[in-house]
Amino acid sequence: MPKRWTVLVALVVATLMAATVFVEAQAPIKLGVIQPLSGPVAASGNYVRMGAEIARDWLNAKGGINGRKVELVIEDNKSDPKEAASAAEKLIVRDKVPAIMGAWGSSMTLAAMPKLEEYGVPMVVETSSAATITKRGNPWIFRISPPSEMEALGLEPYVDKLGLKRVDFLAVNTDWGRGAIGAFGEMLKKRGVAVGAAEFMEQSATDMNAQLTKIKATGGDTLFLTTAVEQITLIMKQAQEQRLARRIVTTGGSSSPTQLIKQAGTAAEGTYHIVFFMPWFPEAMPDGKLAKAFVDEWAKRGHPFEGLTEGFRGHDGIATLAEAVKLAGQDDPKAVRDALWRVNLMGVNGPIRFEKDGPSGKESGQSRPSIFVVQIRDGKVTLPDFLAKK
Amino acid sequence: MEQLLQHLVNGLVLGGTYALLGIGLTLIFGLMNVVNFAHGEFYTLGAYAAFAALGLAGLDFTLALLGAIAAGALGGALCEVSLLRPLRHESIDTTMLVMIGLWIAMQNGELLVWGGVAKSISHPFPTAPLVLGPVSLAPLRLFVLLVAAALIAASYLLIQRTKLGRAMRATFQDAETSALMGVPIERIHTATFAFGSALAAAAGALLGPIFLAYPSMGDLASLKAFSVVILGGLGNVPGATLGGLLLGVAEELGAGYVSSGYRDAVGFLIIIVVLVLRPAGIFARAERIG
Repeated sequence: MPKRWTVLVALVVATLMAATVFVEAQAPIKLGVIQPLSGPVAASGNYVRMGAEIARDWLNAKGGINGRKVELVIEDNKSDPKEAASAAEKLIVRDKVPAIMGAWGSSMTLAAMPKLEEYGVPMVVETSSAATITKRGNPWIFRISPPSEMEALGLEPYVDKLGLKRVDFLAVNTDWGRGAIGAFGEMLKKRGVAVGAAEFMEQSATDMNAQLTKIKATGGDTLFLTTAVEQITLIMKQAQEQRLARRIVTTGGSSSPTQLIKQAGTAAEGTYHIVFFMPWFPEAMPDGKLAKAFVDEWAKRGHPFEGLTEGFRGHDGIATLAEAVKLAGQDDPKAVRDALWRVNLMGVNGPIRFEKDGPSGKESGQSRPSIFVVQIRDGKVTLPDFLAKK
Repeated sequence: MEQLLQHLVNGLVLGGTYALLGIGLTLIFGLMNVVNFAHGEFYTLGAYAAFAALGLAGLDFTLALLGAIAAGALGGALCEVSLLRPLRHESIDTTMLVMIGLWIAMQNGELLVWGGVAKSISHPFPTAPLVLGPVSLAPLRLFVLLVAAALIAASYLLIQRTKLGRAMRATFQDAETSALMGVPIERIHTATFAFGSALAAAAGALLGPIFLAYPSMGDLASLKAFSVVILGGLGNVPGATLGGLLLGVAEELGAGYVSSGYRDAVGFLIIIVVLVLRPAGIFARAERIG
């Protein structure tokens, strides 16, 4: 009798062990995501999350990465830099993710960066624009969004066509806003455009009348806005109340023109927006077919159209990470980091390939994203006259 | 000079809204001694109630405003009866912690119900500004300023001139004696909290259409409300009104003539100076001690 028991126990143990080995081979690849899912910029963060989920589902529909399913571990940074740092630590230490995508705002990304270096885990930056992110010598950072300098260069060919003569700035008082004023100011000055006032507002501020009154007195012709769509909406409404007759240009790609048409109404008429995705005419994107497929999938899931200009970032970020894991052939953070340098991928925005940026020996990766300008005219998003050539 | 006039008008309009937030809190914090961190959430509640009434139920603006005030009063009464009444004899710290909990719970509840995307609240006023010389002002803002002034005056009269107001003041000065004199002190507690919350909800419904409605909008409102209450002196309605106007104008001039990056710093600098020189608030009358 005891003999038979032993055999039985041995059998059970063997089966269990085999199952464990089997499960391990099939364990999903976990990718970390840090986004602002609550707080003042929650809307944008949630759109990025939705885009990331589309990328995940597309990858899994094609059989995952090297036969393993992709799983997203999503953390909320509450639009707060402190929370971004602890979210990074949690993803790395507790969830043991091999790579992260995050963290929307520049201040949040900058706060999470020391954790990446401490533990040696790469992060793909999908939205942040502050130049310092890739200049600090953090070799774990790979950015697919344009820093403000690159964005300013993207606008440079249109400075004359827009007829910019004298420009004022109003920006959110963060690394992003301050960086954008510096970058665009420098580019415009080089082109012989006079630069007037540079005003700031807190991220949670709702009344910008003081800044607008001050700007009104400078006699400029154009106002550059750098902040999230909620504050852009408020500024446009308040500028209308104050009869501020200016051409408005928004930077950073987070202005969601469709949402502005809905919420700011006539106050948004005639404004220009720098965007990195044009869901209104996806066929005009570098990979028209991919862009169209993304727009269709977004609509199929019932996500709001105005979220697309943020949502594509989530898709491209996760696609980049997945490609790196595939190239690395394993989900070890260091191997993924090395593989990120070899990524050559077509995203919704356009080609993604990393170039070295920052102090030598400790370079961060920076891709060269496509940059577009659109205008709101007659309550619709259109290509500006100087671009609609055909 | 033209700029200065516009700055002053902006500051007064902004200050009027701060005052409206401040008087609700000065009753709850100043009279009832409840450090109400959830005050801003009743402001948010008012904004979303107005949004629901206008956008979803299709009511007109006045009815939506009244609906929001009713929602605020009801929410406040509910919160007082269920959370504060059982803690009546606990220390101020205990109720403060409970109110922090309520703040977090309400804000996340709003996020759950309405989502993180800001909502734009429609209003019947024209968007073209009223223009008077160098100064322009949106009709809606003028309306808000007038309603805020009416609400502030009504609150003042209610507290100073009516039997209910006298009962409120008596209850929070000496609950036992008031009870002996026949004041229903439990009901007075509930009424005061409901009244303060209704004022916050009114502020939310009035300011929602000017700004946007989103779950975290109450944080800034709470911060400004506490600043105004401290400036004006605890429980002092005229003080909160003047404190609100002072804070609005100071922030506006600070942003206009010093630096917009330090806009909030100007407001807090004034509070620090006031606390150092006149700890009971700028407008506190000399008090007899002992």
